[in-house]
Amino acid sequence: MIYREAGQYKTSYASDQALLPIRQDRIGLLLILVIAFVIVPIFGSSFFLGSIMIPFLVFALAAIGLNILTGYAGQLSLGTGAFMGVGAYACYKLTSYLPDVNIIVHVLVSGLFAALIGVIFGLPSLRIKGLYLAITTLAAQFFLEWCFIRIAWLYNHNDSGAIEVPRRYIGDLALTGPTATPVTRYLVILSLVAIMTLVAANVLRGRIGRSWMMIRDMDIAAELMGIRPLRAKLSAFAFSSYYCGVAGALMVFFWLGSAEVEAFDINHSFLILFMVIIGGMGSLAGCFMGAAFLWILPIVIRFVPSVLGIDMLAATTEHISNIIIGALIIFFLIVEPHGFARLWQIGKEKLRTWPFPYASS
Amino acid sequence: MLAIVIEWLNTLFVAPFVDMFSLPDFLLQVLWEGFVSGVLYALIALGFVLIFKASGVFNFAQGIMVVFAALVLVSLHAMGMPAWVALALTVGVMGIFALVVERVVLRKLVNQPDAILLMATIGLTLVVKGAGQLFFGGEPKSMITEELGLPTGSSDWEVFDGIVIFQHIDIAAAVIAILMVASLGVFFSKTRIGRALRAVADDHQAALSVGISLNQIWAIVWFAAGIVALVTGIMWGARSDVSFALEIIALKALAVLILGGFTSIPGAIVGGLLVGISEKLFEVYWGPIFGGGVEAWFAYVLALVFLLFRPQGLFGERIIERV
Repeated sequence: MIYREAGQYKTSYASDQALLPIRQDRIGLLLILVIAFVIVPIFGSSFFLGSIMIPFLVFALAAIGLNILTGYAGQLSLGTGAFMGVGAYACYKLTSYLPDVNIIVHVLVSGLFAALIGVIFGLPSLRIKGLYLAITTLAAQFFLEWCFIRIAWLYNHNDSGAIEVPRRYIGDLALTGPTATPVTRYLVILSLVAIMTLVAANVLRGRIGRSWMMIRDMDIAAELMGIRPLRAKLSAFAFSSYYCGVAGALMVFFWLGSAEVEAFDINHSFLILFMVIIGGMGSLAGCFMGAAFLWILPIVIRFVPSVLGIDMLAATTEHISNIIIGALIIFFLIVEPHGFARLWQIGKEKLRTWPFPYASS
Repeated sequence: MLAIVIEWLNTLFVAPFVDMFSLPDFLLQVLWEGFVSGVLYALIALGFVLIFKASGVFNFAQGIMVVFAALVLVSLHAMGMPAWVALALTVGVMGIFALVVERVVLRKLVNQPDAILLMATIGLTLVVKGAGQLFFGGEPKSMITEELGLPTGSSDWEVFDGIVIFQHIDIAAAVIAILMVASLGVFFSKTRIGRALRAVADDHQAALSVGISLNQIWAIVWFAAGIVALVTGIMWGARSDVSFALEIIALKALAVLILGGFTSIPGAIVGGLLVGISEKLFEVYWGPIFGGGVEAWFAYVLALVFLLFRPQGLFGERIIERV
């Protein structure tokens, strides 16, 4: 009843090609943006902002990166964590060499380094695919992790081996470092994520994005129709790694504050892969849903026993959340391989025909 | 400039070999260590190959199954059971595990793309890992080597004016691995079930049409992989401790599979030995040039380079795609 596009006529090509052709979708998105930009920073506690919203946005961005590669271009990758690491370390080096340049510029530039590394490790994808490719991305994961430990230049020869985020300001406003407030960090991340999501949405429905999907659906047929696999696959790797790299830089500079190599290990690669699977392969909205679900679920599981008055060790809750997440992944793969995004779509379809479920639209 | 290049070539291509042949007894020791870790890689890879051949599922959970089987065995023994009873019970547990996996996961995912099945086994890995940590605790445990009647101690072999040390458990591991591969070979070629397994591996539909039950075969294959996992877990646990760190090391079996080919049992063995030995040699003789710790990635990079030249592996079937 509320969600029905009857009477919304498209009178120009531009409105026919709009990103959100239905008015209710536009209003909904606007509402979400208003909530995210205005209401959450005003009413959110610093715990809510710092420990829930900021990590959620970082992981959502990384999930978009992986989804571009896996969901849209069909190339399975298990090296997301390492590509995020490349972005983080590149950003750290850039800001130590050029401390006067704005940190946000550094974050955006550091993604380019991740893209370069991504292209190099994407080269084997031209000859192999599927499971084999997954293993070459494992090579990227372990090799880069080793680099982060052994190449002391990357962390400025610290004794700790960790990268410590320096204080960086715009004017008098602290953006990074211990003095930056959660609200500032949240708003910076939110703006970047919003802009990059918009860019991704437009790239994906444009020429490059469609060539990725053709490669995913059937590479040989795509090649016959004039798509160059070399260009399509490598550009997918570059784009995906750029997003992961930026997410990694944001993760260290605007969330963690300091990071060692453990922040980029293979478990993070898996976590982001799970977010993409549960959220929905080939859906941007799914990335946000998957990231929210997998980040918030363990927090909820941690709180449930204390609410119920049961004494439970922190380790035990972690194991239980492992089991639940694993079971959920299997459940989703069996029941709904397209994840939350598909459920969301089905829900919208139902809403359109409600209260006449058998009406043909 | 030229001097630098020569110096560099020297450290990379000459000095390591000079090191090798100036201390031949040490080289033998390194080769033996590499051989033994290669046997263990090969055992894990064997579990992968068994399942991949019969069902086309790339079983990511093989590594965690190794840990799980070893933990069940150790914990049952810690509850006061004699070692052999615990062993028999563990075999039973792996059998139930195989049945459950087939019934709950595989049967529902027939005909899905490979990537979906792979991700399902990654989910399975999480479940098994969480359950294992929940029931048995996350801390490392020592394997009940002596109770199982496995040899301990070591012997020295005097050669080239030096000694090479052989741990008895390593020798036992090699012997058991050979026995297991041989018995699997007999099982595959001589028994009724083995022939059915090969039929399923060749063509699912044809196998179905001559009356072979796919579900039954899958359960059997997962059970066989579970037993391979148990043996691997015992051997690995006897060399170091039983801990969840093994899960990451088990990923190296993927590199082994690329070298050997996904569908070949001899390939898994040869690939495992190749990775084990070359990795140890590289770590010991070339590692210091790179700053050490190269064992973490060498196997994968080796596999990556190998893939570019021979994607089907040493013994794998060539994949030909047609439009």
